[in-house]
Amino acid sequence: MTEREVMEYDVIIVGAGPAGLACAIRLKQLKPELMVAVIEKSAEIGAHILSGAVIEPAPLDDLLPGWRDNPPAPCIAVEKDEIWLLSKEGKRRLPTPPQQKNHGNFIVSLGALCAWLAPQAEALEVDIFPGYAAADIHYSEDGAVGGVIIGDMGVDREGNEKDTYMQGIEIHAPITILSEGCRGHLSKQLIKRFGLDTDSDPQTYGIGMKELWRVAPGKSKPGLVQHTTGWPLDSKTYGGSFIYHLDKDRIAIGFVTGLDYQDPGFMPFEAFQQMKNHPMVRDLLEGGEILSSGARAIVEGGYQSLPKTEMPGALLIGDAAGTLNVPKIKGTHQAMRCGMLAAEHIAETSGWEGFDAKLRHSEVVRELHKVRNIRPAFYKGFWRGFIRAAFETITMGKWPGTLKVHADHSALKKLDEYTAPDRRWIERTLPPRDRLASVYFAATEHDEDQPVHLRILEPDVCTTRCTEEYGNPCTRFCPAQVYEMVEENDTLRLQINAANCVHCKTCDIKDPYQIIQWVTPEGGSGPNYQNM
Amino acid sequence: MKILVGIKRVVDYNVRVRVLPDGSGVDTDGVKMSVNPFDEIALEAALRLKEAGKADEVIVVSAGGDECQQQLRTGLAMGADRAIQVQTSEPLQPLSVARAFLKIVEREEPGLVILGKQAIDGDNSQTAQMLAALWGRPQATFASEMTLEGDTATVTREVDAGLEVIEVELPAVVSVDLRMNEPRFVKLPDIMKAKRKPLDVVPLADLGVEIGNNLKVNTFAPPPQRAKGIMVEDAGQLVAELKNRGLL
Repeated sequence: MTEREVMEYDVIIVGAGPAGLACAIRLKQLKPELMVAVIEKSAEIGAHILSGAVIEPAPLDDLLPGWRDNPPAPCIAVEKDEIWLLSKEGKRRLPTPPQQKNHGNFIVSLGALCAWLAPQAEALEVDIFPGYAAADIHYSEDGAVGGVIIGDMGVDREGNEKDTYMQGIEIHAPITILSEGCRGHLSKQLIKRFGLDTDSDPQTYGIGMKELWRVAPGKSKPGLVQHTTGWPLDSKTYGGSFIYHLDKDRIAIGFVTGLDYQDPGFMPFEAFQQMKNHPMVRDLLEGGEILSSGARAIVEGGYQSLPKTEMPGALLIGDAAGTLNVPKIKGTHQAMRCGMLAAEHIAETSGWEGFDAKLRHSEVVRELHKVRNIRPAFYKGFWRGFIRAAFETITMGKWPGTLKVHADHSALKKLDEYTAPDRRWIERTLPPRDRLASVYFAATEHDEDQPVHLRILEPDVCTTRCTEEYGNPCTRFCPAQVYEMVEENDTLRLQINAANCVHCKTCDIKDPYQIIQWVTPEGGSGPNYQNM
Repeated sequence: MKILVGIKRVVDYNVRVRVLPDGSGVDTDGVKMSVNPFDEIALEAALRLKEAGKADEVIVVSAGGDECQQQLRTGLAMGADRAIQVQTSEPLQPLSVARAFLKIVEREEPGLVILGKQAIDGDNSQTAQMLAALWGRPQATFASEMTLEGDTATVTREVDAGLEVIEVELPAVVSVDLRMNEPRFVKLPDIMKAKRKPLDVVPLADLGVEIGNNLKVNTFAPPPQRAKGIMVEDAGQLVAELKNRGLL
């Protein structure tokens, strides 16, 4: 192998989401002389971003005063909040807890927001490179993080160079910022290598699926924010839906399930589709069409699970660290604030040391501390969680104890330890029919002739222990039907349809043996979300 | 010798194209835009000729609003030497593009113009042919192979009956088909270099071109949805169902 070409920057940022872009913009505002680059695996900025999204605007006001004169589209002021507890046929309005009051907030597309932030960063001379995946970390001689290595392109399925082969370059920088979002694959390696999580609880996650609909004229009420809980989930499974009413007859609808669910037979995608077919939601969607769809894991661990966010040569920010506020159902304002704080720290100290302490004394972690016991309270079921959440809210998190958090993959029960409740699921009428029909709306694309980017570390386990103990849950938790058990000559074989992958990272998280490793495919591959 | 390559900004081939509810066009809100894939192949062909010492300079040209500079920069990052934007905010039909390109051809005097065989949005496949006619020079369309020897290009054309090999005298217009080559990936440092390469903006009005938008689009409509099928038990039932529907 020939020596890789090298580019040098002062700061390299991995991932052009709200955290990374806010960090880049703030860095150049404070120190225009710094050379800052952002690399992003999606072909276009925003194409791998999926969120609700209702955002708190305070960090945007801080970062880009005057943004309200030229807002990203869509950007709709929240007019009204509704929370509904659903039963199979019925619904009951619940009082809106204070964390979920959205007065002053905006409904946006986070993908479109990032696509709108990027040119503003570029105007400050940040170099943004969409379509390039940071495949590995470059370590300096002293073992510190020294930058990233871009993945090679034009490699075939067996790992041979094709005619179009192009070796990935190295980008060196004294400071690398990981803003990969939830379960970033480099962040994961670094957390392990530097033992960043030794003093924190394991990180926990949820899986969020979302569809953008154009509904029949008049049905969308721009500015209405609805959340549901209850049906179709049993009381032991944490989750709920969001329904955000946008302009132009559009509705963003999504469903989030805690990945600490126990049922090995549970299929989050089916739960989402069931929710859509509840009478209240079906009435809204009937006669409409899907514009886009996708899925993405969400960090839910909060305060207890926040790893150390600094290591030699690098910082973790945003959801790569895990700053999302679950009770608020919001992460964007936290991610942006965290990115800006990292920028301010670098501008002030020209180094990485001391960022973690600064973050822990900032508004970002104060906000997480206040709500730290709400999500874990739901481990004991919905109603106990509901009461505890009310207590934590009234006391504003001042009760001194902190509930423990457990890893999601260890929550899954074996087939013989679990009896699934009768879910009384109904026959659905709304599209998409199944997961493949759904993936179609994600416009996901991977060159089939490239190495499979979902690596199974111990393939034997799949067809032996896993089939027996859990019945191959990967075939159910993946929202894009990447994993299939195929019978050939009376033997089972795991087939990985890697080209369907929407980069949600659920498999990397929920696999009970932790042997699925998500790595970056060729740069530019993956979903092509529009306004998600 | 100079080679001129046409670049069109189009909706990316991965995008599921959606017709606007009022039928006035295609929804491009938040939609990924790219270089027309056939134009990428055209540029790759030009770059390979340059790398083989058959050309000295590769120029990419696009006609459209300033947003098409993004695609021209992609062309520069792939390896073109400079770019020309024929600037207009008006949507252009093939005849107008061909007339604008002719003006650029007269100005630059290239030995070869390479275009994609068609753009994946309009699927017209007209610009190359019209440009050759207006220029009064030979054309070799749907090319899957091309070699240059002196003033002659030997071109293999993909035609309905198979492959046709023709020779054309240069300067000429060649339009390329899918099998011509597989375009290269852009190297990251080349994106930085592309930012410093010249990109001339020429207002369409300054070229003295008569706009030839003489086609009127009445409406856009998506293809009809496929109706839900039924499973039949046997051939007898199939025949009965077909007869029921008046298809037999």
